[in-house]
Amino acid sequence: MAELLTVQDLVVRFRTMGLFKALVRGVRDPFIDAVLGVSFAMKSGETFGLVGESGSGKTTLGRAINGLVTAQAGSIRFDGQEVLDLGEKALKPIRRDVAMMFQDPVASLSPRLTVRSLLTEPFRIHGLHDRDLNGEARRLLGLVGLNESFFGRYPHELSGGQARRVGVARALSLSPKLIIADEPTAGLDVSVQGEVLNLMARLQRELGLTYLVITHNLPVIRHISDRIAIMYLGRFVETGPTGTVFRRPYHPYTKALIAAVPEPDPDRRREIIKLTGEVPSLAKRPKGCEFHTRCPFAQVKCRTETPQPQQMADGHWVRCHFPLAAPTADAA
Amino acid sequence: MPAQLSDTLTTPAAALRREGFLGQAQRFSRDPLGMLGLILVTLIILAAIFADILAPYGPAAIDVKARLAAPTFEHPLGTDQLGRDVLSRVLYGGRIALEVALVCISVSLGLGLVLGMLAGYGPRWLDNALILIFDAVRSFPVIMFALAVVTLVGPSLETIELIIIVTSIPGYARIVRTQTLSLKNNEFILAERSLGAGIWRVLSVHIMPNVIGPLLILASMDVPVVVTIEAGLSFLGLGVRPPTPSWGSILNDGYAFIRNTPWLVIAGGVPLILTTLGFTFLGEALRDIFDPKLRKG
Repeated sequence: MAELLTVQDLVVRFRTMGLFKALVRGVRDPFIDAVLGVSFAMKSGETFGLVGESGSGKTTLGRAINGLVTAQAGSIRFDGQEVLDLGEKALKPIRRDVAMMFQDPVASLSPRLTVRSLLTEPFRIHGLHDRDLNGEARRLLGLVGLNESFFGRYPHELSGGQARRVGVARALSLSPKLIIADEPTAGLDVSVQGEVLNLMARLQRELGLTYLVITHNLPVIRHISDRIAIMYLGRFVETGPTGTVFRRPYHPYTKALIAAVPEPDPDRRREIIKLTGEVPSLAKRPKGCEFHTRCPFAQVKCRTETPQPQQMADGHWVRCHFPLAAPTADAA
Repeated sequence: MPAQLSDTLTTPAAALRREGFLGQAQRFSRDPLGMLGLILVTLIILAAIFADILAPYGPAAIDVKARLAAPTFEHPLGTDQLGRDVLSRVLYGGRIALEVALVCISVSLGLGLVLGMLAGYGPRWLDNALILIFDAVRSFPVIMFALAVVTLVGPSLETIELIIIVTSIPGYARIVRTQTLSLKNNEFILAERSLGAGIWRVLSVHIMPNVIGPLLILASMDVPVVVTIEAGLSFLGLGVRPPTPSWGSILNDGYAFIRNTPWLVIAGGVPLILTTLGFTFLGEALRDIFDPKLRKG
């Protein structure tokens, strides 16, 4: 199957201070790299998971694909078309095909619009006035398991789970090919999280959707993704099929993340990697391997040389000088 | 209408909105000053609208025999130095005052809304440029600016309106800009942009309904300011041209003939005071109910 989305060496930089201020302070490079040289490809119909701590650049990456933040270098090809240098106007048709779901279910709905207006807004934006808007809204609500009684409600009158369903319905409105879901389960309690994930899985089966799921929640990502990428300070440190990455992580960071997930079984023995310290500031990106400041296995080479991605198994890439060798104790 | 005035940004207001329109009306009726303001404002507006029915004489009709007369049954507020009925002139003067207020506030509110949203939502350089202009305009003392413009263009009702509009746009625009800035990076704006909404759609459908509430409250508190500026300029002879009646020119006549009769000053001053009090009380009551956080700085 052809690649739906190909991202090559993507770089997103944010200005930290104005031109003048930078000149006065003698800062030669007043930028931070939120996303630095990220490459991946997604096939139609698959679910790709993006995992990382806060500030690792995963949300920025998702927004760059939709054109909400501008990328400085690299390439984003969607359905064979380069999107990176398109202006707002040229992006509009692309945005019909790439829908987004945002972190906060309630705050991502315009507070003064009713559910009906929220769901018909995408059609108005794209000038599709010939459609039966009420019918479309009814159909979308039906898809996510809500009914017409919600038409007149405002976002603040919805529960978190209901608002999330409305968000999903809105994302589906223009029959997109790709849905970028930024923390689809954030702020929902566990039972509702499950409902939302099952809903997303059902819609994927029924409508042949492709998901890019961004989250810091490892159990969620393990549940729904086919492949995952672990992000640290704007770079992918490990990419691979979900099962393999969880069973056999090569990067110490991946392993530490997996080990940090609470384990319901108290008797199970696990090898734990403890991470010390904080995530370094993007403004002071460590030299060499970004992770060396917190890596328990760091060596001299890690401080000076930036590791290049190397393939460990089929489709399983890691960016580390000394990939973990020994099979881990919690291999299941 | 007042049900839409509340502001989503403040949680108390959001909580209040759930009470619905009736609950808010009930709270309003418990505020005695607010009710007083509402009654005064209603009376003033009604008096201005029905001035031609209520006024016993035309505003320029002269009764030569009774000049500077004290109140009588024929002339309830007396007459001025030309023998014109003061009550009629006060009623017609109210028309001018409210017309100026309505025109100026709606125009400057509209322009301020658009400019403020553009400054807040648009690119950085546009924001900086607009802010520079707003602050430059705000730094003129209003009366001095008005005197200069009137000297150049000549006194007329339109000149007054132009001056008031120009000087009050920055106040509205600044409020709107701040609100827009705080909304700009909210997820719902990002969500609409990710669907492909352009700048005008985002501004008119998603930002405007969220900034208009506090603005309308501010506007109702600005009515007395505008009325006073009009009266002040007319008092100085720089506003409305005679024989058109204005509270300011009635006051000025009263000032000139204060040794002969006090009634002109009273007739010109009392409506000004009542208008100021009425709109201020009303505006403050609305603000307290819908938007406790907004304090006019």
